[in-house]
Amino acid sequence: MPGTKAQMNYTKTLAAVVLSGLLLAAAPVLADDAKPAAAAAPAATTTATPAATGDSSPAALPAGSVLVTEEPDIPLQSWSFSGPFGKYDQNQLRRGFQVFKEVCSNCHSAHLFAFRNLDEDGGPEYSAAQVKALAATYQVSDPTAKGGKRAALPSDYWPSPFATEQDARDANGGALPPDFSVLAKARGAERPLLSWMRDIIFAYQEGGPDYIHALLNGFHDQVPANIVNADGTPFKLPAGKYYNDIFPGHAIGMPPPLSDGLVKYAKGEDGSTVPETVEQYSHDVAAFMMWLSEPSLNQRKESGFRVIMFLILFAVIMWLVKRRIWSNVEGH
Amino acid sequence: MAEHTSSYAPSNALEKWVDDRLPIIRFSKEHLMDYPTPKNLNYWWTFGGILATMLVIQIVTGVVLAMHYTPEASLAFDSVELIKRDVSGGRILQAVHSTGASMFFLAVYIHIFRGLFFGSYKAPREILWMLGVLIMLLMMAAAFFGYVLPWGQMSFWAATVITNIFAAIPVIGDPLLSLLRGGFAVGNPTLNRFFSLHYLTPFIIAAVVVLHIWALHVPGNNNPVGVDVKSSRDTVPFHPYYTMKDLFGIVVFLIPFAWVVFFAPDILGHSSNYVMANPLVTPPEIVPEWYFLPFYAILRSIDFPILFIDSKLLGVIFFAGSILILFFVPWLDRSKVRSGTFRPLFKPFYWLFVLNFLMLMYLGSQSTTIWWVPVLGKVGVVYYFAYFLIILPLLPRFEVTRPLPASISESVLRPART
Repeated sequence: MPGTKAQMNYTKTLAAVVLSGLLLAAAPVLADDAKPAAAAAPAATTTATPAATGDSSPAALPAGSVLVTEEPDIPLQSWSFSGPFGKYDQNQLRRGFQVFKEVCSNCHSAHLFAFRNLDEDGGPEYSAAQVKALAATYQVSDPTAKGGKRAALPSDYWPSPFATEQDARDANGGALPPDFSVLAKARGAERPLLSWMRDIIFAYQEGGPDYIHALLNGFHDQVPANIVNADGTPFKLPAGKYYNDIFPGHAIGMPPPLSDGLVKYAKGEDGSTVPETVEQYSHDVAAFMMWLSEPSLNQRKESGFRVIMFLILFAVIMWLVKRRIWSNVEGH
Repeated sequence: MAEHTSSYAPSNALEKWVDDRLPIIRFSKEHLMDYPTPKNLNYWWTFGGILATMLVIQIVTGVVLAMHYTPEASLAFDSVELIKRDVSGGRILQAVHSTGASMFFLAVYIHIFRGLFFGSYKAPREILWMLGVLIMLLMMAAAFFGYVLPWGQMSFWAATVITNIFAAIPVIGDPLLSLLRGGFAVGNPTLNRFFSLHYLTPFIIAAVVVLHIWALHVPGNNNPVGVDVKSSRDTVPFHPYYTMKDLFGIVVFLIPFAWVVFFAPDILGHSSNYVMANPLVTPPEIVPEWYFLPFYAILRSIDFPILFIDSKLLGVIFFAGSILILFFVPWLDRSKVRSGTFRPLFKPFYWLFVLNFLMLMYLGSQSTTIWWVPVLGKVGVVYYFAYFLIILPLLPRFEVTRPLPASISESVLRPART
């Protein structure tokens, strides 16, 4: 259809808008590439927290030192559920659940997580009988039951390790272990702002698992020597806290929860094994936590494809009809 | 329009009976089908139909969500999560509604910028334009009330920060603040009244939309060349020509909408909002939704007092002024030529205004502790207001506009050299 000159003008405008959008999206990619060079000058302009950009000038700090308020980069991981085609890995969810059950759930609650979720589609997909048997090994509070407690049913929610928030704090040196229900969505990896367009196109949603994986691998026995306060003095850990690279402020109330060999993974049916390392555990439990936060991710993407395919087809039909209707209008 | 006479003839006795009592079929035929529409409208004009669709989508999903939502401070956060987990189709409803707010604003900004370029606010469409600005204001209120309802950290602190703005108003500021919050701090009473108001505003919007369309149907559509309709050769009936073109535009718009809903539903939100509201913990950064960022940047850029007006009140004056000024655009722009296409001097200033708006949006998301954020912010504020107060009124004195086509038909058949 030969467009009029005026129409071509709008096409040009549209092209310009799209082009500038792409440039905006590409800018952070270029910026990422430039990062190693920029990293040589610590704490210059990248920190957004008031403390870091406050009174002290970074130039006064000893060479190689890093401000305690500086937020470290979180290495992005590869996840089976990333991108538009990604899905949960059922075996990984089962391993992650095992880590949660044996380690995390001693301190962390997950009050929106019901036993029945474990046999739902797109999750660890245990059988209904397995879930029933598992639930029966847990006790839940029920004011109508004799003694106020009874064995859990699949419809029950995962019992919290502490009765009240105060109990949880008392048992954990004053710190409150956060609830796991939507924790993977409540944390994120810092993204360069203008990468949002790229993130929309590639459906990046894994900031939470990236953060959790980095946190679980970010513990140190000693405070690294180059970490300094804003006034240049070495950073000292408060009593009862542990040093973590990723946790904001580096002093975390949680002791390193994982160690190599802590959780014994069962062998696969074909005899295959999975490494029993902190790296592997943290991957598995981060994936499990993502599933806790979004149990129907697989279904969401599946229906998404059907919806998008339908809309594209529908749009093509609408366009053909529109073109035909307009064909008798002068100039079109 | 002069030649706009009804072609409706009741086809049977029942229709005739209805037509004599309530001529609703006649009205629909005249305004939804026969309505003469300029035949040169481009795809930027489909955003009116897209916006009407978005309003319907938001109301329908919102009404169903309200059936499952609990507006109580200790239960609200979990009730939204349970909608996503346990309500049939709740996951999609919730994602459509929250993403829909963003898509609604995207469409309304495109619609407004289209009006600004093609001079759609000029006589005789001033009231049409002002009703449109009113709709945008109501949308902002609705979006703000709605954002508070999930009762996450960002909901709570956005409610705190935004209601605080009203405290800057002299004399009535403090009582107004207490009235908005239902107490001295944001809490359960705030959530209750915001839920009530969030349910109310969309219906006020719908009513103003009716007036907006009424005001559109009196002078008829503006068009890309900005020349008035001269004869029936310049127009086509709304149906099937524009119903079809709009429908195509709507379906295309739904594709990126569906992409976000199904593949990146959380990307437009903030991870802090997955932490339940806690008055004792301030999140590391409080950032409004993207569609408020340009105005938020204007608010923050005013960090200095003028005479007896302190910086906080001055910021609020500029913030409110940045939206209210739109009401006066029809009288600020003195050019007799409507369409920016024929205004060579206007065009660069217009596109600079668009870029400036995007820059303010970016600055609104950045921390003010970075030295260039307040500096560029002030530059942005100056240009934002200069565009309306200096450039639009004075430009016609210097501008030699290009010759206008004699009619819409001529512009379609023999397009002017650009």
